[in-house]
Amino acid sequence: MISAQYLGMPLEVNDLDHENLNYFAYCAKHDFRLQRCASCKLLRYPPTTACPWCSELNSEWVSVEGRGTVHSYTEVHHAIQPAFKPYTPYLVLLVELDTQSDMPTKEEGLRVIGNLVRPDGVLAPKAEVERVGIGSRVRMVFTDVAPGLALPQWTIDETALAGTPWRYRG
Amino acid sequence: MPLPREDVEATTPKFLRDKYAIVGVGETSYTRGSDKSTRALASIAVRNAMADAGLKPSEIDGMLSYQFNDSVFSPFVAGDLGIRLNFYMDVFGGGSSTEALIGIAIGVIEAGLCKTVVIFRSMNGFSQVRIGGTGVRSAIPVSGDMMHSRAYGWQSAGQMFAPTFMRHMHDFGTTAEQVAHVRVAHSHHASNNPKAYYKKRVTAEDVVTSRMICKPLHLLDCCVETDNANAIIVTSAERAKDLKHPLVRIRGVVGRCCKPRADMHYQAGPISTVAGHYAKDILWPNSGVSPEDVDLTGSYDAFTFTTMLQLEDYGFCKKGEGGHYVSDGTIMLGGKRPNNTSGGHLCEGYTHGIAMVIENVRQLRHDADDSCPIGSDGKRQHTYDYREGGCRQVKNAEVSANFGWAMPGTGSAMVMRRG
Repeated sequence: MISAQYLGMPLEVNDLDHENLNYFAYCAKHDFRLQRCASCKLLRYPPTTACPWCSELNSEWVSVEGRGTVHSYTEVHHAIQPAFKPYTPYLVLLVELDTQSDMPTKEEGLRVIGNLVRPDGVLAPKAEVERVGIGSRVRMVFTDVAPGLALPQWTIDETALAGTPWRYRG
Repeated sequence: MPLPREDVEATTPKFLRDKYAIVGVGETSYTRGSDKSTRALASIAVRNAMADAGLKPSEIDGMLSYQFNDSVFSPFVAGDLGIRLNFYMDVFGGGSSTEALIGIAIGVIEAGLCKTVVIFRSMNGFSQVRIGGTGVRSAIPVSGDMMHSRAYGWQSAGQMFAPTFMRHMHDFGTTAEQVAHVRVAHSHHASNNPKAYYKKRVTAEDVVTSRMICKPLHLLDCCVETDNANAIIVTSAERAKDLKHPLVRIRGVVGRCCKPRADMHYQAGPISTVAGHYAKDILWPNSGVSPEDVDLTGSYDAFTFTTMLQLEDYGFCKKGEGGHYVSDGTIMLGGKRPNNTSGGHLCEGYTHGIAMVIENVRQLRHDADDSCPIGSDGKRQHTYDYREGGCRQVKNAEVSANFGWAMPGTGSAMVMRRG
């Protein structure tokens, strides 16, 4: 059982939720791992009991490079959870990993959710929020929540070629 | 690759077309502060639906409902009203439930489990469990799959659907101003609906200048949170012939049809495509009609964008042209194919999809409850003058379609016809 408080929310991963226990245990070591199917060898996200493509139950956890491109996003101005309100506007990013992009079909990919954060894992300030949109290059960092629990997050990849991302205007 | 489904075999055998009907509809008032339990609201709505149908409690023997751990269960409502049930089921779910439960009602009647089924949704979406996710919903622990959503402040329906809406704008150049016309249309319709919670007509500029909730959704792109209950009664068309209203027959249904990866549809693109893309291949063959045959539509409008995406993916316009379609006047009363003539969830009140079915039943009876005068024959004398405060009956409405939405990846739909 993992239990911790994060931005006013109780986070819990119970003892029967083996997939999430494993996932977050690696995240706590700042090691982003996904399940690779023992049969078809495809990686999958988020953690699941069986392979979405071949139903195989067995898998192994393999390290995956935390780099990708923003596939879509929302910029939240009206937070639901009270503790997020001081951080508005904040970004929720849907990031397509470079790994296994356009696989197994061209419309699929590993699209990993995270907030835009500073490199230290704190939700990004407005000036950074306004730089990011569809097409932005980001890299994974972690928000340490408690001993044994960290959330994978995204920060601007300052080493990437600066293109102009698509952003909602208005 | 097993997905997507290649076979589109209709789930309703063709011989069930037109064999079932919706014979009664009822609701409570739409309020913020009902001062009633969900049990009381449900009992009132079901009672009103029975009165509308001209059915006695002893003539109802099936009950279905849907909820999110926020409402009463069927046995209590049946007990309160003196209904003895031969069948009931209360399911978990939201905006994709109504049409799916109508399909289940047809199935259980056809299987001989019962004869006449009432379906209800009762909720205090404003004063108890806020449908927008604030209050008790935001206080529950984050666990399981929510560790990949709520932990990131990604929780409310608007926040969860927004990546689909944004990607549609990115992929097709859809603009906020275009989609705002869904609110414009629904607000005009609501102004002719005495029941509607918000009756004020708005402009596209009003929508895009209202405060930002989560991009691309402004306040007026979002539906209203209200307290209310809705009910509808399904029985065989044969039995319905003895009842008092013009017959409204069910042509075909599709229920909770999903995109690949319904657990997180963002894994399977295009994410600017919604479940209607798959559901249409069941709906239209089941119903034996095409979008061109439809006189009016009802769509789940939790947000302006959900209506636009459904109309597009069910085939009322080409993929990517939804923004144009909802802003060219087609969906307005007086236009070619009005949508949500009651004002829908954006304006009338929020009941998780069922109210738009009620509205289309009344439209197909040619009995929309607007402010037009009632004649000496007891029937409303519709003027078809759609100015503010006037008529909202669609002229010569013969065929309607309803589209339900749970999330971008899951939807339900139904076609009904008059006669």
